Amino acid sequence: MSLISSTYDAGAFFDEMFEPGGQTVRPHYRRLAERLATLPEADFNHRRAAVDLAFLRRGVTFTVYNDSEGTERIFPFDLIPRIIPGKEWAKLEAGLIQRITALNLFIHDLYHEQKILKDKIVPAALVLGAKHFRREFMNFNVPRDIYVHICGTDLIRDHAGNYLVLEDNLRCPSGASYMLENRVAMRRAFPNLFASYGVRPVETYGESLLKSLLHLAPDRIEKPNVVLLTPGVYNSAYFEHTFLARQMGIPIVEGRDLVVQGKKVFMRTTAGLVQVDVIYRRIDDDFLDPTVFRPDSMLGVPGLVGAYRAGHVALANSIGTGVADDKVIYAFVPKIIKYYLGEEPLLANVNTYLASEPLDRKFILENIAKLVVKSANEAGGYGMLIGPASTKAECESFRTQVAANPRNFIAQDPIALSRSPTYCDGELQGRHIDLRPYILYGKKVTVTPGGLTRVALRKGSLVVNSSQGGGSKDTWVLQGDE
Amino acid sequence: MPATKLPPSRPQTNVMLSRVAHSLYWMSRYIERAENIARLLEVNLQLLLDFQGLDEAHRKEHWDSIILSTGEEKLFEEHYKVADSRSVTEFLAFDLRNPGSILACVYSARENARMIRDQISAEMWETLNELYLYLKSQNTADVWAAGPHEFFSRIKQGSHLFQGLTGATYSRSEGWEFIQFGKYLERADKTTRILDVKYHILLPNASDVGGAIDTAQWQAVLRSASALEAYRRAHVSAILPWKAAEFLIFSDSFPRSLHYCAVQIEEFLRRILGETATRPKSDAARAARRLLADLQSLTISNVIDAGLHEFLQEIQTSLDKIGEEVVQTTMFYPAESSTEEQQQQQQQQ
Repeated sequence: MSLISSTYDAGAFFDEMFEPGGQTVRPHYRRLAERLATLPEADFNHRRAAVDLAFLRRGVTFTVYNDSEGTERIFPFDLIPRIIPGKEWAKLEAGLIQRITALNLFIHDLYHEQKILKDKIVPAALVLGAKHFRREFMNFNVPRDIYVHICGTDLIRDHAGNYLVLEDNLRCPSGASYMLENRVAMRRAFPNLFASYGVRPVETYGESLLKSLLHLAPDRIEKPNVVLLTPGVYNSAYFEHTFLARQMGIPIVEGRDLVVQGKKVFMRTTAGLVQVDVIYRRIDDDFLDPTVFRPDSMLGVPGLVGAYRAGHVALANSIGTGVADDKVIYAFVPKIIKYYLGEEPLLANVNTYLASEPLDRKFILENIAKLVVKSANEAGGYGMLIGPASTKAECESFRTQVAANPRNFIAQDPIALSRSPTYCDGELQGRHIDLRPYILYGKKVTVTPGGLTRVALRKGSLVVNSSQGGGSKDTWVLQGDE
Repeated sequence: MPATKLPPSRPQTNVMLSRVAHSLYWMSRYIERAENIARLLEVNLQLLLDFQGLDEAHRKEHWDSIILSTGEEKLFEEHYKVADSRSVTEFLAFDLRNPGSILACVYSARENARMIRDQISAEMWETLNELYLYLKSQNTADVWAAGPHEFFSRIKQGSHLFQGLTGATYSRSEGWEFIQFGKYLERADKTTRILDVKYHILLPNASDVGGAIDTAQWQAVLRSASALEAYRRAHVSAILPWKAAEFLIFSDSFPRSLHYCAVQIEEFLRRILGETATRPKSDAARAARRLLADLQSLTISNVIDAGLHEFLQEIQTSLDKIGEEVVQTTMFYPAESSTEEQQQQQQQQ
């Protein structure tokens, strides 16, 4: 039996692999379809099992919380890749570079002159009242004037296949390790297909990341010490932290491994204290330094912020970037791009309503059952209402919350996320996907060709987060267009 | 922590975090410990099969002495009514309440490895991870049903594979020194415990020595230390208790003898602490030197006269002290494992 059944239902969505109707394969998927047609299902399953086992053996896992045994699970992986033609990628790349460039200028402005607020492009109240705005860092100059060194931007495609930005992750975006591990898995599962397809490599990510980090070290230092700061082994992304540290050949440290003396940061080694110049921190602002932010934090390093302010250590990403990936600020990004760059945005936003604006609020409250409502600062698919898929009571509950605290909510038109054929219940079925490419801002801005394609494995579900039944796919960016 | 002077801040050679060094040390100790427990348990289960006729009292005595040698007799009494093959296997192999059980040791070895995954080779990590996944899939009933041999082989193989891969894939660096130091320290400790199981036979006034059971038991002691074949090559004659003890204590070529381990401990400790002078500077190095001197100058008659049990206990004490002091000296942070609170914070993050 062939994997692609003649009854594949592309549904009323944009299908990545099939033209509308579900029978004609798009040109850039043609070779994959041919390969799948000759692959017996048993063989396919054999490869699937081998990949899963390899993930488990190598410990490519995330920790499941609220589980007394601290169970580690593999991130479900689907063997059908998501393929992006070269030309399409070039447009995405340009759009992503434009966006991160503008956002960096925006953050710089917010922590200095605040021209954009004075010009009333973005309401000052929204920024100054934002949870992640760090007024302590007003007029502070970050190394090389770069705020966001590592960015993961979530993209989706609407019913017509247009790419839209769903959110910017400017703090500690995760998932790059899965992008790299997925590639390793696919190379093993389909070595020949790779050879013939002309897939652009993602393996340069570690090196580019290290370069971006080294770029932050003070010039006078010949051999800077770069470390990765992790919350520790119980963090759900711990695998990723060790993975990236290995890729870059830098030490992974916990807060307790670091100490600040004389506004310099040192790591405690068997040979005594050794100074650290750049910290790739995977700990949120709040936990970084108990003497400045949350006093109860045991993950951070007392005095770290002081050392950072004194210019003796660089942090990636910088402190206070969260102000720009707030879901409310998101709504203003197209205006922000125009304001700083004088260009039209190359990548569109999802149409967004702000509950803080009276007209929008009225619209949201009246149409809540037709909208997707999101709380401004939640991540991971929590604090979210998908109106069309929710009960009356759920909608009511959100309506009350929005009315009570409008600053904290936005609403968006529901987007019929594009779908990709995914192996479920013994055959390929359409499942909704998104895409998180990784953008690095060092000497210049680079976008790794590929990214993490997340897939909502539950039938009909739009939530792709791993904590809520999501899986992932390898993302192939082609040299050419098919 | 020496807070008074700041050391040169950017050495050109690779530096090692204290935390990493200690995780390497514990990872190495725990896997060696798991292997030794597996051997001890397997050999003694086997031994009982050879002596089906043993009466109840002797069986109990047999298992009691094994529990006693692991130093966890109180814990065992708390959780089990009788010491028999079943309960001792459960306790020593699978019981996570016993920090010295095989499962707990492999779990700890893997947990330490996980904390320093970026520092060890992929092969080393995968071996520990696979062993852990295998153990998690087993339980006493399964092991019993399938015959315990397969189970114990897997543990021993896992440990040997890990140690072999470490030798083949890990750079000869400071980390290597911590791994080796931990391994030999643990091995020496376990050899004293394996010997201690039979100490009463070598009491100065012991009367009934030399029966068939006794020979078999000394064979078992040697097998528990993987030493039977090596012993036979060294002594063609029958297995004499004092010769077996002498072999496990003083052999200068068998890699599990106390003497051999002490040579390695002294060597790696000197490298870790940078002790280059003939006369050691640190307490740890002095203690290691003294231990080595004893093992190189005493004879088996000295040991038996002084009492084997007392001799072994002294060695255990000095091994504990050496390990503790090396950890203290190379540590620049308070030694505490993650508290629950910290775990929660890490998760929220």
